[in-house]
Amino acid sequence: MTLAPPPSSRVQLTDDGKLRHFLSVEHLSRSLLEDILDTAASFVDVGGRAIKKVPLLRGKTVVNLFFESSTRTRSTFELAAKRLSADVLNLDIAKSATSKGETLLDTLRNLEAMAADMFVVRHQDSGAPFFIANEVTPGVAVINAGDGRHAHPTQAMLDMYTIRHYKGGFAGLRVAIVGDVLHSRVARSQVHALNILGAEEVRLIGPRTLLPVAAAESLGVTVCHDMTQGLKDVDVVIMLRLQKERMDSAFLPSEAEFFRLYGLNNEKLRHAKPDAIVMHPGPINRGVEIASEVADGPRSVILNQVTFGIAVRMAVMSMAISGQESSQNPEQGDQHGR
Amino acid sequence: MAAKAHLLIRKGRVIDPASGRDEVADLLVEDGRLVRIGASLDAPGADIVDADGQWVIPGLVDACVHLSLPDSGRAGDVTSETRAAAAGGITHLAAQPDCGPVDSTAVVRLIREQAGQAGFARVLPVAALTQDLDGVQLAEMATLARAGCIAVGQAGAPVADALVLKRGLEYAATFDLPVMFRPQDAALAAGGCAHEGPVATRLGLPGIPAVAESVELARDLLLVEATGVRAHFQQISSRESLPLLRAAKARGLPVTADVSVHHLLLDESALEGFNSHCHVIPPLRGAADREALLAAVADGTIDAVCSQHQPAGSFSKTAPFPATRPGISGLDTLLPLMLKLVDDGALPLHRALEAVTAAPARCLGIQAGHLEAGRPASLCVLAAAESRTLSSHWLSAGRNSPWLHSRLPGAVKLTVCQGKVSWLSD
Amino acid sequence: MRWNEAEIEARLTAMAERVAADYGEAPPALVGIQSGGAWVAEALNARLATAAPLGSLDVSFYRDDFDTRGLKRTVKPSDLPFEVDGAHLLLVDDVLMTGRTIRAAMNELFDYGRPASIRLAVLFDIGHRELPIRPDICGETLALPPHQRVELRGPAPLVAEVIEIPVKADE
Repeated sequence: MTLAPPPSSRVQLTDDGKLRHFLSVEHLSRSLLEDILDTAASFVDVGGRAIKKVPLLRGKTVVNLFFESSTRTRSTFELAAKRLSADVLNLDIAKSATSKGETLLDTLRNLEAMAADMFVVRHQDSGAPFFIANEVTPGVAVINAGDGRHAHPTQAMLDMYTIRHYKGGFAGLRVAIVGDVLHSRVARSQVHALNILGAEEVRLIGPRTLLPVAAAESLGVTVCHDMTQGLKDVDVVIMLRLQKERMDSAFLPSEAEFFRLYGLNNEKLRHAKPDAIVMHPGPINRGVEIASEVADGPRSVILNQVTFGIAVRMAVMSMAISGQESSQNPEQGDQHGR
Repeated sequence: MAAKAHLLIRKGRVIDPASGRDEVADLLVEDGRLVRIGASLDAPGADIVDADGQWVIPGLVDACVHLSLPDSGRAGDVTSETRAAAAGGITHLAAQPDCGPVDSTAVVRLIREQAGQAGFARVLPVAALTQDLDGVQLAEMATLARAGCIAVGQAGAPVADALVLKRGLEYAATFDLPVMFRPQDAALAAGGCAHEGPVATRLGLPGIPAVAESVELARDLLLVEATGVRAHFQQISSRESLPLLRAAKARGLPVTADVSVHHLLLDESALEGFNSHCHVIPPLRGAADREALLAAVADGTIDAVCSQHQPAGSFSKTAPFPATRPGISGLDTLLPLMLKLVDDGALPLHRALEAVTAAPARCLGIQAGHLEAGRPASLCVLAAAESRTLSSHWLSAGRNSPWLHSRLPGAVKLTVCQGKVSWLSD
Repeated sequence: MRWNEAEIEARLTAMAERVAADYGEAPPALVGIQSGGAWVAEALNARLATAAPLGSLDVSFYRDDFDTRGLKRTVKPSDLPFEVDGAHLLLVDDVLMTGRTIRAAMNELFDYGRPASIRLAVLFDIGHRELPIRPDICGETLALPPHQRVELRGPAPLVAEVIEIPVKADE
């Protein structure tokens, strides 16, 4: 029997196909992802001006709702919102206070009194931003800043921006994602984005304990357990961060063995294309997933990713608020007053 | 509900899977007993129910219901839930031992009292195998059985120590108490909330592998064989478990099994969009598992189909998927969903009805689930051709069901539980 | 009403002459507003004796109707390849109406720096002003009823046409 739960695309988009929430890359169209990248390109320029700010979201309130603390991600969202002239409120909510579902709902109801226009949500449970998007007052946009192992769509779009910046496009690209894919929301979003944007092949490389089951059929990727084979002729290598606690729960015997087999050094990088770029969502564990010679080397584009990150978040935030506005104002048309 | 001395149900299509009877006939109930089934019966002074065009089937036996006692954290109470059972054509239900937990005669007495007062359905308590379901210290099984428990079990709580389990089974076997198992290896399932498969991979939901069930089932079956205890395996969910069950039955072990009706209708794809109404344990598995389970019900490897009723308040599902409480409120939908499986051509009619009547009665070792002259009358009159949207007829206090707003076949007109009318639709 | 390529070119030439006359030997930096204004700015530049610095603005992030109309589907990066501080700027657009686009453009320019002066050149002025803004150089002034607009099509050839639009309460 088929039930009809709302697929993510329907929650995220307005009736006329505009972004209204940004919860997951999956199910979005190629042209929408390209719009995000193009809009981000316009915002990259803003960071280079005397006044690094545009008045687009003046008078809007953006609430950073972080159920899992991450200073880094929160800061980029905060800066993005401020460069759009929005007011920003940061709320770090301890996990203990919301371990029960009704409390999360209570938290949301309480925040509605603040008349927020957007929630940027980071949560330890997969699907939490979907739940919140379905519960918030109409007109409030929800941006997923990372949920459980499910998705981290703004990080993935930032990576797409970086890849497009260095490679010009996605046609024909082979991309390898290496390491702890099982626990990685970033990897899942990257895979969807790369497939939608038309990359030739996405490879996941790692030991079987760190790769999700049925990845090939479910995500549309090639699965490899060997770096030499997996990196052969790739254009982009994305290294994932390895959490130290993986050693405690029998995913891996040791950091040393992981680095020997899957850590990226110049020797392994030789198998990739000569102009391949190396990416890492950060923060880097040097000597665990990536050698310093690579992280600081000429192929590494790790630092630039931070600059583009703010622009991508500005793009997504303004597009989502725009989508909310247009769904509140069905009159909206393309004719602008002069 | 007042007992009616004489009740004549006329011209219904009487379907009794246990005996193979399927014919238009009259049924006469006198003093609570089904006295006769036959053509054109006459009973002066009897209340007459016109069942023309309707079906008369045995009262349903539900082998797995999680009842609501205070502190169980579930919605409703014994009265509300047994009333929902009666409205769903269910006359007998096995109450799982996690509502108390059922490790003292006081709890057993409380359940029986409340159910007796309400009078909607026969509640058959299952006792805890270990105290507080802790998997460590044995519960007073013999005493609990004397107080009215029909079996012992753990309601999904693990018994990690195989020695404790072996002794528990030996002890239960001493008193010929059947043991109900819900096999799931706790370590393999730890932290999981969805079938470890393509959908969980995509949604990033922590997985419960199919092998969590089969590895424990294998252990349990070997211990059953070693101890000779009667065993019933509940809520089989994965196809890997089926060869183990078949082999055990072929060896002649006293083993039966059931599956929840949800696992026959839904698979992991129902979780799409983080639909928390489809968050159940064991998890909904792959499409191939669902097909295999249906085939196993059809060929009898799985004996019975149950509701796995877990009524929950609305707040229990208003949370991100992994934080929601697993379970579906199933009493209102057990019969309609079985009829849907028949309509869909997934199960033959007689087998589908047997799987919710005579088969679960056999699994539980109780006299019920068939229409036999001389026995207390437990039956259900059903307009099988009707269909309705359940939300406006919903009776369980738990509205946590993916089918709450679905249109499903069948409308129960009358339920008679042990000779008393327990449900009469208006 | 429509303007063919030759008619548009005639107006552009006249405008370029005005620019040369107003600015003399030191041509201003031309700033065209995406997308019609950028075409006009480019055409003017081609007609100036000494090529001027040429930039373009996409004012989408500065519009005052974001709340009601949202963001344009494709926003192009603004591109000002010269120092704005102390520069004499000639802002160029294809059609001037309410003046709100020009206000947005001036706001954006000031986020780049403090120009020495800003003047405004438009191909068409169709009236219905809502802000105290006038063109310094204008190809043609029209008096159109509220339900009509001029639409410039380009980049090559540049032609224009009066089009009908549904009347909206807020315009």
